[in-house]
Amino acid sequence: MPSVTVLVHLGLVLAVFVLLLLASAAMVYAERKVAALIQQREGPNRVGPLGLLQPFADVIKLMFKEELRPGGADAVLFLLAPVISATAAFAAFAVVPFGGETTVFGLLEQPLKLQVADVNVAVLVVFAITSMSVYGIVLAGWSSNSKYSLLGGLRSASQMISYELPYGLALASVLVLANSLSLTTIVDAQAGYWFGFVPRWFVFLQPVGFLIFMIAGVAETNRAPFDFPEAEQELVAGYHTEYSSMAFAMFFLAEYINMVTVSAVATDLFLGGWHGPFLPASLGWIWFLIKTSALLFFYIWMRWTLPRYRYDQLMQFGWKFLLPLAVLNLLVTAAGVIFLGL
Amino acid sequence: MGFDLPLFYLFAAVAVAASLLVIGQRSPIYSVMLLIASFVALAGLYVLLDAPFVAVIQIIIYAGAILVLFLFVVMLLNAPKESGGPWQRLAAGPRRLGAALGAVFAVELVWALWRVAALREPVAPAGMLPAEAIEPVRSIGQVLYTDYAFAFEVTSLLILVAMVGAVVLAKRHV
Repeated sequence: MPSVTVLVHLGLVLAVFVLLLLASAAMVYAERKVAALIQQREGPNRVGPLGLLQPFADVIKLMFKEELRPGGADAVLFLLAPVISATAAFAAFAVVPFGGETTVFGLLEQPLKLQVADVNVAVLVVFAITSMSVYGIVLAGWSSNSKYSLLGGLRSASQMISYELPYGLALASVLVLANSLSLTTIVDAQAGYWFGFVPRWFVFLQPVGFLIFMIAGVAETNRAPFDFPEAEQELVAGYHTEYSSMAFAMFFLAEYINMVTVSAVATDLFLGGWHGPFLPASLGWIWFLIKTSALLFFYIWMRWTLPRYRYDQLMQFGWKFLLPLAVLNLLVTAAGVIFLGL
Repeated sequence: MGFDLPLFYLFAAVAVAASLLVIGQRSPIYSVMLLIASFVALAGLYVLLDAPFVAVIQIIIYAGAILVLFLFVVMLLNAPKESGGPWQRLAAGPRRLGAALGAVFAVELVWALWRVAALREPVAPAGMLPAEAIEPVRSIGQVLYTDYAFAFEVTSLLILVAMVGAVVLAKRHV
């Protein structure tokens, strides 16, 4: 029955969309709570039990704020920029598989793959959409007609281009190991164990690649300690200085969803995706959730622990250390695959 | 697939319209954005041709990397909006040269289209390359490093020369 299949897939699309929104709400809450924990405060504790409804209160507040646009701003591009940011953030997750096949506890006749679109070049699609998301930030910076925004936009353009290279090369080393561009195949290549107890995750074959991927991922998502496009002390708020209300909320949303996507892709590439012990294959998404959450916690932990780099240090580190290291890592990996037959 | 034809016309229309608007714009930022739209539409056409790898590479390299640099330069130089029509800005000499070049390209384009129309069979029948259709990345890589290795290496040398040149020119003033 094709119509049922189409409906199920539309349902999956809707589910992923809503789950991403909820995930970013959870991230906002987690960020505030963890920050409070690290700084020995209480954190949000007024709205709902344990302050759990705080993100929803934030969204409602943002919705009722006035939408401001600076005089001299380019109206079309000023409105287009947050749309590009948010669209790219949502679109990138479409090709990320987050679980094995499931029949939803026997409700469906045919097993459903937990992935919106199974593209055979999925890894590159994520990379391509990430590289498009820079336009949202750059255009926001330019169209605001404000010097802080412009500087933030320029910084983000050079930062994202610089860190895209090691990011892509770290991806490439995994592709060489898995001999595939499909995220599903890459995850399945990591099933099973070495010596009966060490999981066959690529992080053990690619420790350097994993580090490069995470560092570049933090830079790509503009998070601390690489949050130069919005460095408060120097640029007020960087590229979104002039944004308010829901337009600002869309940048905010895009940042959190991008973090979720980078963590999810890292889980798929290096941490064995939904494979793990104790749980049946149909509940593999729970493992996926645990691993992705751990990486997201790491993101937050880092933000509240490390100070921001200096901008020239960021560029030096990216071009003179991370990129050569990534090239070397790719060469060693390729040599290992050829000569050791990994 | 019944959606292929309408999608083809959609992407083709977007690509052509965006490309025309690129040269019709007065503001360079809008030109860059329209060029991106044109490239994304081209990527859509590649997907329709069952070449998702080429489509993704098109977006990563052209739309994602090269045009960010364009945008960067346009923003950094803060290029002003151009005033007057495109014809008033040029002297008579460049105008004539442009017209001559345009005529040559138009003849070339008509000739190419006529050749394609004369082809009654597809260049590579669908059933001919089953193995390569499965692994497009592998076959592209193999061809690139064997048959076209010389062209590939020369191109990379060209890019290297351009990079070194840019560094030399910029370093002089530091």
